[in-house]
Amino acid sequence: MEKKLVIPGDFLSDDVKLADEGTYIEDSKVFSSVFGIASLKNQIKVVPLSGKYIPRQGDLIIGIITEVSFSNWIVDIRSPYEGLLHISEFPRRIDNSEMSKYLKVGDSIMTLVKDVDSIMKVELTLNDQRLRQIKDGRVIEVTPSKVPRLIGRSGSMIAMLKNETNCNIFIGQNGRVWLTGKEKNLDLAARTIQKIEKESHIPGLTDRIVKFLKEEKGIPVKGPAKRKVEKEAVKKIEPEPVQEMTSEETATEETPREEAEEPGKVEENKSGGILDELLDK
Amino acid sequence: MVKPEKLIENGIRLDGRKPDEIRPIKIKVGVLNRADGSCYFEFGGNKVIAAVYGPREVHPRHMQKSNSAVVRYRYNMASFSVEDRKRPGPDRRSIEVSKVSREALEPVIFQEYFPRSAIDIFVEVLQADAGTRTAGINAASIALADAGIPMKSLVSACAVGKVDDTLVLDLNKDEDNYGQADMPIAMTPDGNITLLQMDGHLTREEFKEGLEMAKKGCLMIAEMQRAALLEKYSSLIEGEVNE
Repeated sequence: MEKKLVIPGDFLSDDVKLADEGTYIEDSKVFSSVFGIASLKNQIKVVPLSGKYIPRQGDLIIGIITEVSFSNWIVDIRSPYEGLLHISEFPRRIDNSEMSKYLKVGDSIMTLVKDVDSIMKVELTLNDQRLRQIKDGRVIEVTPSKVPRLIGRSGSMIAMLKNETNCNIFIGQNGRVWLTGKEKNLDLAARTIQKIEKESHIPGLTDRIVKFLKEEKGIPVKGPAKRKVEKEAVKKIEPEPVQEMTSEETATEETPREEAEEPGKVEENKSGGILDELLDK
Repeated sequence: MVKPEKLIENGIRLDGRKPDEIRPIKIKVGVLNRADGSCYFEFGGNKVIAAVYGPREVHPRHMQKSNSAVVRYRYNMASFSVEDRKRPGPDRRSIEVSKVSREALEPVIFQEYFPRSAIDIFVEVLQADAGTRTAGINAASIALADAGIPMKSLVSACAVGKVDDTLVLDLNKDEDNYGQADMPIAMTPDGNITLLQMDGHLTREEFKEGLEMAKKGCLMIAEMQRAALLEKYSSLIEGEVNE
């Protein structure tokens, strides 16, 4: 595997055309700009081991309302920049005076980054089928740069996790993770996610997580059943590179989410309905 | 302490080093949980700790730049870091050191990636033994990398000076106090100088020779900085998600 740990300033390649995120070009050579893991196949990029979330257009994230102003909700998106959710981006027409009736300070929302301009004004929207307010479950935080590992290649890790813990899991690109399910399962899921975050750089992650889950649940190992599910999830979606932080990634990650959600819907009594519920008020 | 009669005897310095030797270095990365990046750095008798926060929102607001991040560097000596108690708080010297250290690091940070934000660097000197600003820069550059901040390269710093008419690398306390010149230098591994100060007198030839010595010293330090960063993730041989 063409992967290695690099520090800022490390020489990566002579091929300028392949340079991607986490690199810079000087004298037609490609160097690493961050401390992280470089992958040299297809494109040359370095995934940092730490760092803040920098919003990008098309990212699905989880935000917390920090302020209600005249026609905007100001949203903490776990980044150096605050998110602005304009009143017109709410799925239905509401009056300025009634804003805090629908979303008040402290509320959590699943939201989409509609636009980011050059001075990092971040515009958010709720006008999308996939988006809703977060009313139940739990939100935990992980390092944003670890999000691709948590999702796994083509969503394999997340699909496995959902299946093993019976929780519904949504991972925001900003490193906030929304879990819904039974209390006991939530604990297990949260602990597992923390373990993934801590050990994401050590090889054999999936196997260790599978083992960890088995031990935690005290069930004897019965690999095949789980494997099948995992493969199913992988089959349904286009194979894409794992560490893809672009909007395509969001789509990849989104697909298995929706699929896995269907069975969960019945027993958890939550899901797509929340948005409608909000509108019916 | 009185001035020793000779600072160099038979080509060996007071602490047993040769003129072109640096003091032992100990580095630990990621020592603070609350900071985004941190580093503990020992450089002979110097003990410094560096913490990096950010990019984060700028307070006070008027300091923010609309097209790039602001870098703020605070160098601070603990009151117990020197023999006589140091009066706490910023003074003329520490303000100067903060400024030049910030300017030593700014050229390598990709500030334009984070408009309207601040990158805060705090360097605390726990124990001082000549060369704290170089130790601080070395520590801060590791802490920046640990925080995941994009940079062109690391920065390494090292002093060169003249004692008993001999050029020596990385002065210790006595050599600093009683020597003839002290010249701290910070540079990137490919030799771009980001800090150069001088106290005392050197001839042109001595300056050139001293610069070369400092270059070698900085390269040695750069290697140790790299090793320390890699060690934090020593068990890392990147594993793909196993299918």
